[in-house]
Formats: sequence, C-alpha cells, structure tokens
Amino acid sequence: MRVVEPVVELARGLWTTFRMMFDKPVTIQYPEQKKPVKARFRGRHILKRYDNGLEKCIGCALCAAACPADAIFVESSENTDEERYSPGERYASTYEINMLRCIYCGFCEDACPTEAIVLGDQYELSFTNRRQSIYPKEMLIEPLPADARPTPQKTEPGVYTRSVPEMKDPQD
Amino acid sequence: MNFLLVLEWLIKGFVWAMVLLGGFAYLTLYERKALARIQSRIGPNRAGPWGILQPIADAVKLIFKEELTPAKADKLIFTLAPVITVVPAVVITAVVPWGPSFNIFGYHLNLYIADINVGVLYIMSVASIAVYGIVLAGWSSNNKYAMMGGLRSSAQMISYEIALGLSFVSAILLANSMRMLDIVNAQSGYWFHFIPKWFVVLQPVGTAIFLIATLAEVNRAPFDMPEAEQELTAGYHTEYSGMKFALLFMAEYTKMIAISAIGATLFFGGYNGPFVDKFPWLGPIYIFVKIIILLFGMIWVRATFPRIRYDRLMAFGWKVLLPLSLALVFITAVGIILAQQVNPHLIIIIPVVSLLVAGVAVALVDRTLRRKDYARR
Repeated sequence: MRVVEPVVELARGLWTTFRMMFDKPVTIQYPEQKKPVKARFRGRHILKRYDNGLEKCIGCALCAAACPADAIFVESSENTDEERYSPGERYASTYEINMLRCIYCGFCEDACPTEAIVLGDQYELSFTNRRQSIYPKEMLIEPLPADARPTPQKTEPGVYTRSVPEMKDPQD
Repeated sequence: MNFLLVLEWLIKGFVWAMVLLGGFAYLTLYERKALARIQSRIGPNRAGPWGILQPIADAVKLIFKEELTPAKADKLIFTLAPVITVVPAVVITAVVPWGPSFNIFGYHLNLYIADINVGVLYIMSVASIAVYGIVLAGWSSNNKYAMMGGLRSSAQMISYEIALGLSFVSAILLANSMRMLDIVNAQSGYWFHFIPKWFVVLQPVGTAIFLIATLAEVNRAPFDMPEAEQELTAGYHTEYSGMKFALLFMAEYTKMIAISAIGATLFFGGYNGPFVDKFPWLGPIYIFVKIIILLFGMIWVRATFPRIRYDRLMAFGWKVLLPLSLALVFITAVGIILAQQVNPHLIIIIPVVSLLVAGVAVALVDRTLRRKDYARR
C-alpha cells in the first residue's frame, strides 16, 4: 500500500520546477550583450596583410579550388615593382566571396599557401538582396597597419621575389 | 426598477468585462513570464519596461493577420464558433461576488453583477455551453485534426464536468445554499482564531478534485488533449487565424481566470480575509490575490507535468474522480447531519474521512499503475 509516496512524488516534481524559478536566468540579452566567440570560431573571412602593408594573397586561387560550395572567385594579375600589391609575381585583382554560398567550413583557410585568408569572428552578416551577399576584395581585406603605405606600393627591384613566406606551424 | 440601478448594472458589467479582457491579455504575459522563470529564461522583455506592452503588441499582430477560411469549411458555423466560445467564458463570472456590499456617497453598492439564488447551477450550465464552441470550431473547419481535437474536447469536458459538479456539491452542502454570496459568507470567520473557515479546510479532497477537474475543463496541461500539438497540430483551432484565433485564445485564458475566480469563491473564502469587514475595499484585493495564486498553480502544473495519454485521461475521470467525488458528497452529507444532530464538533469527520478515502483512492490508482500489464494496454 503506497499512499503517501505517489503524492510525494508529484510534489517533488512540482518542487523541482518551483526551485528553478529562483535560478539565475541563462538568457543573454543578445544585441546589447554578446557572448565572445570561441578561439577557433569560423566567421566572416578576412584577407590579411603583411606588416609593411603588402597583401598576403598572391592570387593563386587554391582557396577557390578547395571551396566545396564554390563560393570564392579569384582573378589574378601581374605585380610589377612600380605597382606592387603583394610579394612575388602575381596578386588577386578580383577576390569575391559569396556569403550566401559559403558554408564556413574553413577549407580556404587550410588551402591558402600564404595564410592570406582567415575566418574571423564576425558572424552578424545580413543582406537585403542577393547582390549584397557577394563581398568584394575591398570589404574582405584587412585595413592597413598604421605605419604602412597603401597598395599598390613602389618597391625596390629584387626584394619581393618570394611569393610564399617562411612559415611556422599553426599554434591553435 | 429605477434608472440608477440599470446604470449601476451597466457600469459593473462593463467594468467586469474589461477586467476579464484586460486580465486575459496580461494573463498571457504572466504565463509567459512565469514559464520563462521556471525554465531559467527571462521571458518577453522587449516591448516596454519588463515587457508590459507585450500583450498590446500581440493584439496588434493578431488583428492585422490575414483571416483564412478553408474552402470547404462551413462558413457560418466557422465564424460563429469563436463567438460561442468567448461569450460563456465572459459571462460565467457574473455571479461571482468580488467584495462585500458597502455604502458610497449614500448609495448602497453591491460588488457583484447578478445575485442568482442558484448561482452554482448557473456556473455549471454556462460552463457546459463553452464546449459547443469548441466542437463546432473543430467540426466546421473541415480538417480531420481539428475534428479530432473537437471530439476529444467534448468527451473530456463532459466527463470532467461531472467530477467538477460533484465537487461543487460539497461546497453547496457545507454552505447550505447555492447562492454564491451565501457560500462566501459561510466561509467568513475563524476556528481557534487563526484557521480561516474556508471550505478547503473542511473539504481538502473536494478542493483537489476541483483543481484537477478545472484543468481538464479549461483544456490546460497536463490535460490539454484537444490541442495536443504533437498529435493534432493545434487541435480544434488548427484552421483559425487572425482575430478568430484570438477569440478562441481569449476564451481559453478568460476561462482560466473565471474558473480561478470560481475556485477562490467556492473553496478559498472568496473575498474573505483579515479586516475585510472593517475595510470593504480589501475584498477585491483579496480575491484578486487568490485568483493570481490559483492561476500560478495552473501555470506551474503546466511547466511540471507531461501530457497524460488520452485513454488514461478518460479512465482517470470516470474511474477515479467520479467515484471519489461521489464518496465525498456522501461523507460531507453524513458529516453535516452528524454535526447538526449530535455535536457540532463532529464536523471534523468530514476532512478526516475524506482524506482517508482519498488515501485509499491514491493507493488503488498506484497499485493499478504498477501492475506489469497496465503499460501494455
């Protein structure tokens, strides 16, 4: 004969939910209050520069080849010492990513031989039409470092012959 | 019948209807907030400070939504059903007194709309009209899920109405009247100067049955069979949108308020409370607080218990609540006769024997639920 136990069980369930009312809410008030992203978060792409202002991207289109969603379009042109955008022979004269196609897998990051393309921590992307979803190079490229000259730069001949720099293993 | 009396009725009716409709709007906010707190969330807080303008935003959204009528729906009944559902929900509380009578500027004011000598019967009869709206809404939608929701609803509401009515009977017997005013007055005063003479003390099991049966009566979780989302999309209001849906929604929440007001009146002393005979304006505050607490109970139960299976719902109504409430009516009647004929202190046997009988019922239900073959049936 169980008389009290069934009622106690129901009451225990009620007590559990009642107790939760005095817990701190887990809600994050999103637009005002933002949770920092994780270290390896993959958000909007950034095209990196060297410290002297030259672009890291050499227009090899390996990212476009690696892209499973076919979201990246690269067109390359020749660098000269009078108009130098990046070290080595060529630079990306057109670099476009369709943010609606992109699946943020990070394969472009992995494929890049110069670590030029990096997935950043920006995730608030919105467009009002499909044209706006195509981000051109001007939107993707990192702003110039403070003491650097803008590209194209006029450079000494014979200095920037190597397009792929010396690199270390990634840290994280 | 003088003009002033008609004016008084009009004003009181208008005020009470406005209180119910405003209460409905804020009950939705109250429910969302309370549910959110139980689930460790904050709940709506964008529209106005603490989200207090949220009901207005919801109303504007619902009014401007497109009204759809299914092509093969019965248009007249489809339009009429929400109205049939709303009207009983609004008029049912007309007999609930929400404060003692008092004189204001030399005018004697009664704080109720109607003083019917069969008030409890009025409540029962109006409550049963509400089921028509739901069944007609389900049937006229020409949608099988809406139809099933409506049918379930009618079966469930009719079944639980019996237990509900029998739990009313114990209150009627204890008060020796069906007038709501007499029932409230019978609950004024104290035993030993601190236990209020509420019927919940005299008839705790009857109150419990009332609370359970009202959950089924207003289609609230865990008895929200008619609109079981996972099984019937939205039940009887699947095909409704815009203002028609808002009316069905309004009926549901207004019924929650109404049934809480009735429960507060029948079992929790109505407007009675400390000092209410000296300061009559405390009466409405007391009944308001009691309604808020009962509503919180409904929300709390919704946040806690999962939906009961349909056949078990019917079995619980017919095989547990109905015999138990019949037994309670018998116990109450015997207790009252013994108290009148032998010794007034014998009134104590009503709560004691009721609790014993309820304990036996709990044990029997528990034994049935623990039988190995029960789960397979």
